[in-house]
Amino acid sequence: MSQSLLDDQTEAAPARTAAPEPAAGQERRDRTRRTLRFLLRRPGLLLSVAVVVLVVLASFRPGLFASQDPLKGVPSQNFRPPSGSHWFGTDELGRDLFSRVVHGAQLSLKATLIAVLVAFVVGGLLGLLAGFVGRWVDDVLMRFVDVLLAIPALFLSLALVTALGYGTVKVAVAVGIASVASFARVARAEVLRVRQALYVEASRSCGVRWYSVLRRHVLPNAAGPVIVLATLDFGASVLAVSALSFLGYGAPPPAPEWGTLISDGRNYLANAWWLTALPGLVIAATVLAANRIARALDGEWSRQR
Amino acid sequence: MGRYVLKRLAQAVGVLWAAYTVSFLVLDFLPGDPVTAMAGAGMDSGQVDPAQVEALRHEYGFDKPVLAQYADYLGRAVRGDFGDAVSTGRPVTATLGDALPQTLQLTVTALLLAVVLGGGLAVVATYTARRWLRQLLLSLPPLGVSVPTFWVGLLLVDAFSFRLHWFPAFGNDGPRGLVLPALTLAVPTGALVAQVLAKSLLTALDQAYVETARAKGAGRWRIHLRHALRNASLPALTVVGLLVGQLVAGSVVVETVFSRDGLGRVTAAAVTSQDIPVVQGVVVFGALIFVAANLLVDLVYPLLDPRIVVASGRRASTV
Repeated sequence: MSQSLLDDQTEAAPARTAAPEPAAGQERRDRTRRTLRFLLRRPGLLLSVAVVVLVVLASFRPGLFASQDPLKGVPSQNFRPPSGSHWFGTDELGRDLFSRVVHGAQLSLKATLIAVLVAFVVGGLLGLLAGFVGRWVDDVLMRFVDVLLAIPALFLSLALVTALGYGTVKVAVAVGIASVASFARVARAEVLRVRQALYVEASRSCGVRWYSVLRRHVLPNAAGPVIVLATLDFGASVLAVSALSFLGYGAPPPAPEWGTLISDGRNYLANAWWLTALPGLVIAATVLAANRIARALDGEWSRQR
Repeated sequence: MGRYVLKRLAQAVGVLWAAYTVSFLVLDFLPGDPVTAMAGAGMDSGQVDPAQVEALRHEYGFDKPVLAQYADYLGRAVRGDFGDAVSTGRPVTATLGDALPQTLQLTVTALLLAVVLGGGLAVVATYTARRWLRQLLLSLPPLGVSVPTFWVGLLLVDAFSFRLHWFPAFGNDGPRGLVLPALTLAVPTGALVAQVLAKSLLTALDQAYVETARAKGAGRWRIHLRHALRNASLPALTVVGLLVGQLVAGSVVVETVFSRDGLGRVTAAAVTSQDIPVVQGVVVFGALIFVAANLLVDLVYPLLDPRIVVASGRRASTV
């Protein structure tokens, strides 16, 4: 008995050292299985991922979802309520609302991504600079950030729109700048946390240059929470961008931006409810899904592991 | 206490000055030339008469060096003079002052609704023993922060004005006209209040003092409201202080949806006509509201929690 046990062990030991490939594959498979189980236990989260994937697909390949032209209408077919041939109904010019929403995803999502990117890059750099350099740079930058936080985001965006002018990209930049402050704060806090870590001190005392410390240690370890904030900011940016385009500062008329669709539909609210209700539902679903994913990334996933 | 308030007031003035500077930088130095924009409001810049531009440039002092301009404008702003609205020629302070009462009505009502509805939701959701009710109630706040405000407003108009004819859809007339706009504006704020309060209530209910109160035979409601809620309300109060500014800014969207006159409509119109003095006044006003709300919240803290001594200045770093 004991003899056979010993044999098993001696046989197993070389096997483990000789074949690292299957072990790595096993680990990867385990991770995939764990991710799947994590998702399957949360049907809401799974649905959210599906919604976001659909919206992203729609913005890159609108033809996959909508075969009708978003800009050309059939005047005789105007104000048709939702039906099998027009899922979201038609508008005052007989244009298919569903394909307008699908094609609008491109503009709205582009604006959102630019907004998040601007906030991430500018805010991240400000926070990085403040946290890494410290001293008076930190003081000056953070007081500036405090002031940005004191101005309500929508007012700040509107001031930027006044200065920059109208258009999808300008609206996106205005929205992005308005959320720079929160990114700067989180990035600074993370950089301060990492900078005081032992391994950073160790590499410094070994004579590693500051830029190498920044690249090798500070950036990779401080990025996590800032990326989570970016996913959280995504939903908020969709809302802010659509609010600004609802107010009429987005792309000029024929373009089917989500907010613009709703503000156009507002004129026919009394006789064509679908023109406001359905595009709004799409915005709400997108934001809800993005926020759900952000929440999962923020808490549940890291707690599970 | 007196010294603390003075110190906070000084900080508030600092923030206002900085907000003014930021708005000055944004509006006067970004690519769009303010004078060309003013002279040609709405037109292509090609149609603007160069002589007119020169005259305007001189009138507004844009032909002086930047720092001199800034000092000039700041000096006037300190005395409460934000210049004249380009589109109407009336002083900015008068323009904003006339629009303010309507918007204050709207935002104060919305704030009350948000606190009462959001707070009530959090209290009921954490009190109830029925699992389905709790889950239903707790799923509402994430929904509330995810829906576009203007869409909520339009749905309410569709349902309560056009179908049921309960409330007017547009305009400023009377308290009945205030219901739908205030409700619309209250949705995102109320949802955030509910989220924060529910979370801190759940934390508070786990504390030892709740156990003690229960051991002494206090009823569930009494524990919930007197013990847990009082302690849990501090984070919610902080959130309310931070959200007041967003509420005022939200009036831009809500007043547009309901065609109400007020600060929000004035702002939207000013942005459309690139009326820079008005926009600048609005930005500084937004910062003023934010600073005032936070100061107020900090002064209320000690009433809720006597352990917080304001005069120590420990909380002074919140601005």
